[in-house]
Amino acid sequence: MRRLLSEIRIAGFGGQGVILAASVIGKAVAIFEGGYSTMTQSFGPEARGGSSSAQVILSSDPILYPYVTSPDILVVMSQEAYTRFTPQLKPGGILIMENELVQPGQVAAPEGVHVFGVPATRLAEELGRKVVLNIVMVGFFGAVTNLVDPDALRKAVEDSVPPAMQKLNLAAFDKGFQYGAELIHRMTEPETELVPAQEGDE
Amino acid sequence: MSECLVDIPADAINPVEPYLRSERIPHIWCPGCGIGTTVNCFARALDESKLDLNKVAIVSGIGCTGRVAGYAALDSFHTTHGRAIPFATGLKLANPELQVVVYSGDGDLFAIGGNHFIHAARRNMDLKVICVNNLTYAMTGGQTGPATPDHVISTTSPYGVFEPAFNLVQLAEAAGAAYVARWTTFHVKQLARSMEEVMKKRGFCFIEIISPCPTLYQRRNKMGDGLDTMKFYKQVSKIRNGAPTSECGLTKSGEIVVGKFVDRDRPGYFEMLNAQMTETLGDRYVIPEASSCGDC
Amino acid sequence: MHADPRGVLTGVHFLDGDHACCEGTLAAGARFAAGYPITPSTEVVERFAWRIPTVGGVFIQMEDELAASITMQGAVWGGAKAFTVTSGPGFSLMMEHIGYAAVTETPCVFVNVQRGGPSTGLPTLPAQADMMQAKWGSHGDYGIIALCPNSPQECFDLTITGFNLAEEFRVPVMLMLDECVGHMTEKVVIPEPDQIEITPRRYTKKTPEEFRLFEPREDKVPDMVKAGDGYHFHVTGLTHDERGYPSMTVDTQDKMVNRLQDKLKPFTNGRAIFEAADLEDAEVVVVSYGITSRVAQRAIEMARAKGIKVGKFRLITAWPFPEQHIRDIAAKVKALVVPELNLGQMVREVERSAGGAAKVIGVPHAGGTVHNPEVILKAIEEAVR
Repeated sequence: MRRLLSEIRIAGFGGQGVILAASVIGKAVAIFEGGYSTMTQSFGPEARGGSSSAQVILSSDPILYPYVTSPDILVVMSQEAYTRFTPQLKPGGILIMENELVQPGQVAAPEGVHVFGVPATRLAEELGRKVVLNIVMVGFFGAVTNLVDPDALRKAVEDSVPPAMQKLNLAAFDKGFQYGAELIHRMTEPETELVPAQEGDE
Repeated sequence: MSECLVDIPADAINPVEPYLRSERIPHIWCPGCGIGTTVNCFARALDESKLDLNKVAIVSGIGCTGRVAGYAALDSFHTTHGRAIPFATGLKLANPELQVVVYSGDGDLFAIGGNHFIHAARRNMDLKVICVNNLTYAMTGGQTGPATPDHVISTTSPYGVFEPAFNLVQLAEAAGAAYVARWTTFHVKQLARSMEEVMKKRGFCFIEIISPCPTLYQRRNKMGDGLDTMKFYKQVSKIRNGAPTSECGLTKSGEIVVGKFVDRDRPGYFEMLNAQMTETLGDRYVIPEASSCGDC
Repeated sequence: MHADPRGVLTGVHFLDGDHACCEGTLAAGARFAAGYPITPSTEVVERFAWRIPTVGGVFIQMEDELAASITMQGAVWGGAKAFTVTSGPGFSLMMEHIGYAAVTETPCVFVNVQRGGPSTGLPTLPAQADMMQAKWGSHGDYGIIALCPNSPQECFDLTITGFNLAEEFRVPVMLMLDECVGHMTEKVVIPEPDQIEITPRRYTKKTPEEFRLFEPREDKVPDMVKAGDGYHFHVTGLTHDERGYPSMTVDTQDKMVNRLQDKLKPFTNGRAIFEAADLEDAEVVVVSYGITSRVAQRAIEMARAKGIKVGKFRLITAWPFPEQHIRDIAAKVKALVVPELNLGQMVREVERSAGGAAKVIGVPHAGGTVHNPEVILKAIEEAVR
């Protein structure tokens, strides 16, 4: 499939696996879809424990300019990341957030931005390991954006973690993906409102 | 007319000659300098040790002793100031079958190169470090060095040295050397034996040789010429094998404790490397061999 | 000669420039690295330390960069292909041993992942401000080769090229990455070992009696030997004659220093590596390298969209500087625009080579991030005005 250039920013705090999440998405396209992707990350003193952000550009053609200034898609896993990066989203872009870590509404999103939320921390905890919240986010991202072939994403997850962690991470991916797919399904029902799912919805 | 006491045949050669690049003689060292004496001992040690000379490499830094590499008929490297040990480290690691000797001076090995010395000793890198300690920077005209004793006059300490000096043998032991000895250029037999001994010893070995620099050190400190210095060494030296190195510090005119102070078994760098990798990687570990990246 | 399969991680990977560079060293046949940790270059040796025990070779973390840069050279004379890796402050410490490698004609590779300077500067942020240092940093006259990759794929490819050139010309080769390229992750295709050309070390075929360590072949480059093969050779950083013996004469100095530069002449123009596009009708050409070439590309596209005839010339070999190419371009265009992440380094070379035939407009940037493409665009617009 031919894709237009898409720019993605993933942000949160250090230790959440922000870089790995971005790497999985980049790898899915570059290796398992045969397309191109460029991942850059913000290094800096803040990369040690503070805030963390990574950018991925996806394209069918080789990518020349490697930086993201105004992303099409923003994935946030912390309040700070939400506040800092939401205003930079492209109008009509997609904002994906971790429901329990981000309280929306404090900054104005550009016009026409679609907002999707997922309780990734809770879903990860249900699997017994909070650390896989980043991969839950990747699964959710896959379902709601439909930008990357889910099989490619799954393979990239498998390829990006040590063998002993593959099962857990794939389960996390599936859980996030399923949550996203159900959300999209509900949203396409006429009576469903365009709001993030709340606790105890299901 | 002088009388020859021994009949020297016309075709006689000096027994150390095969170990030297005779085409490069005369050397640059001054009359009375001790470096040549140490080289003589080194040649004898090579002779006695029966090592395959194709597998012995010598690495020097900069300074008067740094020139030793250039006179030895071996694969020889005259490197940069202070860096003989790290160069030798690379040489040894890339070609473990080489016996690598580092031959340099006190300033080179312990001031500018001091950090490398302690780290190579810590790693127990399989290097034989021979330090000619003339207690001064001679090549540059007699400045204070890290081993220059108290009260000595040098061009950069015209009113006398007041900084404490390193006790090199204590430093070597503390840093982890497997073998530590000290001799003066008066002790040629013992020195040659020590040199021969380290050729067979595994790990980081260190020999300090107290040596005169009549031109710059002895003259400036009114300590006479080369011969006077030999007499001085004979008079003040005390052989104390196994002496605690902490008691072996040097003063300007006091006792010089000489002998073999340390001879211990510590696993060498390659042993530790191979053991750790084998433990962690098992069969997947590929033991590094002598490299060959050419087409021959 | 083809690459030794043991070091080649054939396949499609998603790697950052530092990691790709490391794979390049392994594919090129490097079996020895000496390093010292320094941001943003450490990932190169971290990966090497992880990979090398199962390939067969040695990584040693030295006590400082002075040590690392000379330990590497000891390993070369022991027979290994070897390299070291660093960034700004460490590169400054290595200067002496760039000179030693140059004068002893030790084939080796210095990887410098450039960060903002001077001094400790910006450890985690990019610059391209070591370009002059790479060429002139050690005292005295000598020649080196410096290559500037602009992607992880090139970090892999040019590392192999760098090792090959080091062997061919017996010079230290600098791989001048920058923090952006080093930390950018992209697809990296590593070919089959038999698709990778490796330049083997050219060991002498002469006997120890015939052999002279620095006697040049016709191409002005001498054959190599290694310790342990019975040649009993002498290597020194002093000015030396063809036997390798110190010789403090004006004649020896003249002969030796000139050859150290002259041996690179065939490479300077004829074999310079570069990427050029749209030069035919160009009124203005953007000359750039490393990460800046990718930023400049966006400015070029913006300018072309406005109807400006702009071409590009990307320096891949920065040193020796491809002066003839620049001279030829300058003769045909109005102006050359040179953006770089420093306050004006390679722009001087462009200016010198253009020799007044075209206007040369530098677009300096103090580093810490890349240029805003609009700034480069503005310079292009100015250039055609």
